[in-house]
Amino acid sequence: MTTRRQLLTAIGMVGGSAALYQAMTTMGHAAETQFKGPPDLSGARAGATVLVLGAGLAGMVAAHELSKAGYKVRILEYQNRAGGRNWSLYGGDTYTELGGANQKVQFDSGHYLNPGPWRIPYHHRTLLHYCKTFGVQLEPFIQFNHNAFVHSADAFGGKPVRYREAAADFEGNVAELLGKAVDQKALDSELSLEDRQKLMEALRGWGMLDKDMRYRANLMSSEHRGFEKSPGGGVDGAPVPSQLFSFHDVLNSQVWRNMAFFMNHEMQTTMFQPVGGMGMIGKAFAKQVQPLITQNAKVTRIQQDKAGVTVTYADTASGAVTEAKADYCVCTIPLGVLNQIPNNLSPAKRAAIAAVPYNHSVKIGLQMARRFWETDDYIYGGHSFTSQDISLVSYPNYKLFEDGPGVLLGAFASGAGAYRLAGMTPEERIEAALAQGSVFHPGVYRREFQTGASVAWGRVPWTMGCCARWNEETRKEHYQTLVAVDDRVVLAGEHASYVGCWMEGALLSSLDAITRLHRRALEA
Amino acid sequence: MDTKRIALLFVALAVQPAFGQAGDIAGSATVRTPPPVTGEQIYQQVCQACHMADAKGGAGAAAIPALAKNPKLAEAGYPIGMIAQGRGAMPPLTDLLGAGQIAAVVTYVRTHFGNSYKKPVTEAEVKLMLGQ
Repeated sequence: MTTRRQLLTAIGMVGGSAALYQAMTTMGHAAETQFKGPPDLSGARAGATVLVLGAGLAGMVAAHELSKAGYKVRILEYQNRAGGRNWSLYGGDTYTELGGANQKVQFDSGHYLNPGPWRIPYHHRTLLHYCKTFGVQLEPFIQFNHNAFVHSADAFGGKPVRYREAAADFEGNVAELLGKAVDQKALDSELSLEDRQKLMEALRGWGMLDKDMRYRANLMSSEHRGFEKSPGGGVDGAPVPSQLFSFHDVLNSQVWRNMAFFMNHEMQTTMFQPVGGMGMIGKAFAKQVQPLITQNAKVTRIQQDKAGVTVTYADTASGAVTEAKADYCVCTIPLGVLNQIPNNLSPAKRAAIAAVPYNHSVKIGLQMARRFWETDDYIYGGHSFTSQDISLVSYPNYKLFEDGPGVLLGAFASGAGAYRLAGMTPEERIEAALAQGSVFHPGVYRREFQTGASVAWGRVPWTMGCCARWNEETRKEHYQTLVAVDDRVVLAGEHASYVGCWMEGALLSSLDAITRLHRRALEA
Repeated sequence: MDTKRIALLFVALAVQPAFGQAGDIAGSATVRTPPPVTGEQIYQQVCQACHMADAKGGAGAAAIPALAKNPKLAEAGYPIGMIAQGRGAMPPLTDLLGAGQIAAVVTYVRTHFGNSYKKPVTEAEVKLMLGQ
């Protein structure tokens, strides 16, 4: 008998990977991405030129694929580095934000802060494809840690509890309550007798309920939430069950938000990170296209006409103004910045560019002299969640068990918390992060702190925001206009995708944009 | 421009984020920090994030406008509109600030940082503009 795997292998050999992909999709697999492999841009006219604006991932993948196809490509980049929001800060780096605050990063060698992207879902196939192609070494990103903390000002007297305890108690209580609803015949009209019996069995097994369908402090509930005294060996080996939290506190803690967060497709395990910092991806892309990049180029004007595209740019150091010309342009400049650059794109396109605001988030890295979360709290990677402005403390996924220092993510703030932290000086941000993070690791958090760095995305000079924030209305009114080829210019980046705020969105957007631009070029 | 006319510009402000707009988020409980009340507190905890402590804004690949000595603030409807609608990278802030808070911070900005437009903006005016 032919197994499905053998069948797929056979299809793959006969029809190539596209046929395999299609077959797998039909069979209900691999529908997790729109990536169909690198684009086929064959037949480019010799000597046709493309200007790419921005050397982030969208710009660099466009340049790479268009060059391969035979286009003559040039990239203009505002910064003195390639990579865009794919970025890591290392010891020795300096960073100056809008407003002038300057930070000298002093992390130990091998440690870093990822101000922007920091984790990669397993189904972001485009990014993973290019990581493999360009030789970026990946390692697991520890996304889900049952032993990390959950803290809310509104629950457990303001004391942090372990995620597993709060999550188990949430599920146990919900299971018990649903069981009571079945017992009280509240679901008789919804479910057949047979399904009600199956549901009761599921609730007992899932919620760790006892024979009376009650969630109680016993060895069963402790299997999920952890023990007062864990099972051991020898004479004193018998475990002691842990006490349950009050359901009132469990509800107040909003642990369900953390639980639901882990269920998001984009947050599901397995997740990855590059060895040595997220910035390794940008560096690997840059290696492919470095000779094409003009750095320190601030775009000041974008004009197109029948003959081609003219982009005016100023050297950020000397101020010297230059014009660059090409047949076509792939513009990956973030919308908030692009909105301020004079251009003669169509009025509808300009309205779309102006219509999408940017998220503002703040990340703070804190180097600790020793890895007390591992040695004292048995936390290896993952996140401790809090209702304070910092939102979380995330533990490093590398150099585990080492005696030396570790760099924590001391804040990943958004919304009101991000505005509050962003408005501070870098020193004040560190102080706030230490004060708030101490809720998880009192005393030791300040004692072991050595040095820190922060990035407030609203103040990043080259994006003025973290990523595009669409809503249903703006999608409906502007999205198709934004992504459409406007004569000789096409926009690309996470803002031109439905995978917003992710590197995958930047890449998928760019591959689609250059495929359409290529078609436009062939029609010319 | 009178506030009633501006009110017509602001329909459907409370739009929910679309699918996929969460992006890479922390996944934490709702932030429980007490919200700012006075104009000064609101400025420091919200506006200052981008417009800076001295309200002079900043310039890089593009610019964050200065609110200091800004003649556009003469018309109170202008900053109210900016807060309600956003512009470019600046998001609307009505999910964060109520009408009373908007009135307080607009009044604060219009009377500080080298601006002296003395007439306070009232919550009622803001509500009228927001169509509330």
